[in-house]
Amino acid sequence: MSMNNSSEKIDRGRRSFIGVTAGTAAVAVAPGVVLHTMAGAAPRSEAVTSDVRWGMLIDTAKCADGCDACVKACDDENGLNLQIKPEGEGDAKWDQQVAKWIRKVKLQDNATGHLTNLPLMCQHCEHPPCVDVCPTGASFKRADGIVMVDRHTCIGCRYCMMACPYKARSFIHEVVAEKLTRAPRGKGCVESCNLCVHRRDNGESSTACVDACAAEGHNAILFGDLKDPESPLSKALGALPSRQIRQDLALNTGVRYSGV
Amino acid sequence: MKRIVYREWRLTPQRYWGLLAILAAVAGLGGLAFLYMEHEGHWVTGMTNQVVWGTPHVFAVFLIVAASGALNVASIGSVFGKTLYKPLARLSALLAIALLAGGLMVLVLDLGRPDRLIVAMTHYNFKSIFAWNIILYTGFMAIVIAYLWTMAERKGNPYTKSVGFAAFVWRLLLTTGTGSIFGFLVARQAYDAAILAPMFIVMSFALGLAIFLLVLMLSFDQDGRPFGDSLFFRLKNLLGVFLGSVLLLVLTYHLTKLYGTKYHGVEAFLLVSGGVYTLMFWVGWILVGMLIPLGIIYHPVLGKDRTWVASACGLVVLGGLAAMYVIIVGSQAYPLEMFPGQTIIASGFYDGVNGEPASYIPSLPEFLLGLGGIAVAMLITAVGIRVLQFLPESLADEDVDPHAAAKA
Amino acid sequence: MAKAVVRGSLISIGLVGALLASIVQAAGDSYVVPGSKAAQLENCVEPTDFMRRNHMEVIQHQRDETVHNGIRSTQHSLAGCIECHVSYEAESTPVPVDSEGQFCETCHNFAAVGVNCFGCHATVPALTDREAAAEVASRADLGWHPPITMSTPAVQGLQPETGGEGR
Repeated sequence: MSMNNSSEKIDRGRRSFIGVTAGTAAVAVAPGVVLHTMAGAAPRSEAVTSDVRWGMLIDTAKCADGCDACVKACDDENGLNLQIKPEGEGDAKWDQQVAKWIRKVKLQDNATGHLTNLPLMCQHCEHPPCVDVCPTGASFKRADGIVMVDRHTCIGCRYCMMACPYKARSFIHEVVAEKLTRAPRGKGCVESCNLCVHRRDNGESSTACVDACAAEGHNAILFGDLKDPESPLSKALGALPSRQIRQDLALNTGVRYSGV
Repeated sequence: MKRIVYREWRLTPQRYWGLLAILAAVAGLGGLAFLYMEHEGHWVTGMTNQVVWGTPHVFAVFLIVAASGALNVASIGSVFGKTLYKPLARLSALLAIALLAGGLMVLVLDLGRPDRLIVAMTHYNFKSIFAWNIILYTGFMAIVIAYLWTMAERKGNPYTKSVGFAAFVWRLLLTTGTGSIFGFLVARQAYDAAILAPMFIVMSFALGLAIFLLVLMLSFDQDGRPFGDSLFFRLKNLLGVFLGSVLLLVLTYHLTKLYGTKYHGVEAFLLVSGGVYTLMFWVGWILVGMLIPLGIIYHPVLGKDRTWVASACGLVVLGGLAAMYVIIVGSQAYPLEMFPGQTIIASGFYDGVNGEPASYIPSLPEFLLGLGGIAVAMLITAVGIRVLQFLPESLADEDVDPHAAAKA
Repeated sequence: MAKAVVRGSLISIGLVGALLASIVQAAGDSYVVPGSKAAQLENCVEPTDFMRRNHMEVIQHQRDETVHNGIRSTQHSLAGCIECHVSYEAESTPVPVDSEGQFCETCHNFAAVGVNCFGCHATVPALTDREAAAEVASRADLGWHPPITMSTPAVQGLQPETGGEGR
């Protein structure tokens, strides 16, 4: 904070010069900036590598009771809200058969009564039991850590659903009439959260649930690269105490929870 | 001891074709059920995202376990050299193939994408016990057919012992694999137990022998062939021994789980508060499937009566189905323990809210498919014993018992 | 008698073969549906002959590349095929590519090969791709007429001897 000396006049000429120079520089650089962003948003043309491992940190303290923005966003992004109850099916049974990739869970501690809210989805384990048990190898772990189902090879045996410690997988029980181009889905195969893999491969930087949670102002879900020590996710994991659900199974999940 | 003569089953044509018609009708209903399930999708069944394996798997695993056990009788003859059992070897092998075919049929037809069977046969993940089971099942078929060949073809007779031994080892691996399908899963409280493999092995002994004895008694009775007491009592007592072993292993399984505090939840569910699963366990599996048959088998009067023993075998079969229901469906109904020390009070995906188990109501298509598998197995057996020489002409004491002369 | 039967069947096989050959010729070289973006373009992402014989291998190889390796930038994507080959009714409404008379269906119906893809994959382009494709498709000045198939009356009236166009 400097005192304005009344004797020094503001040099308007200098100001305008700086302004024009800055403007020109910005105009010169801007196309490059725009191009860089577009290149980042381009569909992937090289195979994924294990240089990256996608993960999440869910801060349950920020997860709001009664909010299901992440669930709605996932349903919308991945076409899960296009599933139609077959005619003749009861509502209750359909609710148990409709596919869901993410759900909200509310817990109460048996001893203290403390309440916790959290979203639960495929945990993208490093040693996934679902991958171990799949007879055809359709359930697989991609190089970048995403655990997903190759539904061209899936025979619909549902063994992975038996094996998942988080009950993350869903089976498609009905003929699917309307499918999204970005999220194919068909009767007889098994699927689960794939960290919005179509977004990953098209260069976008986050998942639908993360965006929705941020849009609601809660910011309970943080998504990023676990292998990059400079990523916001790694930094948050360093700062906040967190753990895996069912840590005793030693699956080294990609999704971590804080406050549960 | 006389030379064993094998002859085709000589039922009158009307009765034979009537039997085939009934079996074919049941198999046909199973086929229709499959077409309905496959066309509409699994929404027509009672299986959901919570209970993913249901009645078809109960029947399929039952048939597969019984298949490996049915081969036991042949193994006792070929591998352990007991002359008394040697005439039974052919029927034993046929029944093993028939039951396995029926079980596999149900398993494959229940897949979400049964049209991708070729994919299943050509893409293998060798870390999966399921993939190993596919190899074990098809290999079992091949080995048992080779075993039958060594028995039926004179040139093959010298190889019966070695191929029989291979079949014996293979079927133990197969049942170990089947039990491990469940035993290897860390996710569920009722699984993740090495004892499930040997438990399935002894269950296969009991179920296989019960079905074998029933088929033997029925086919001999209908054809008027003699079935001597000597062999009959040996088989009956053997069934008793097998049932005792199952009881022992079930006891060990539950006692171990009861000892660990972390398993108290699932044990309370299965043994006390599980509703239909508790009923199936105590009444279906323990009482009807083991205690009552044991009582009949070792009863001084009832154990000598053929009808009572046949009923005991039937009860063992029912108990086996109940056992599979508890092991397969009951274990899925109990919620996953994801947050020990906490109760889930709300969930968007049926995670056992307030400890509530997942609901499963068996549907008609599933049941018909399972019955269809049994019908196919019986169809193969009926056609086999009629068309080819699987059944010995006589199992009378003087014909098969090596010590008959000494006893007379 | 036997000789006559054999001779008769050989002649009928020959006639049917000629009929088929003439129909293929009469139908022109293309099953591309007028009213689609593809109708405006010279050829497919690969030469037509290559695509006819090998499109299934291209699709199956590409699907592995996409699912396992995440590659979505090539010209062999299924979504690309659909975007180009789908035809549009009035007001940019795409007709599902596996419905009767449409691109994939006509040829697969003729060859009696089931198209398994659309049990899971969308049969119309994604909304974002639709406007652009409909734009190109709508620039056609051919007008719209039904694609030519075996059941087209003109085709059914063909005589084997003519062997040429029979429209």
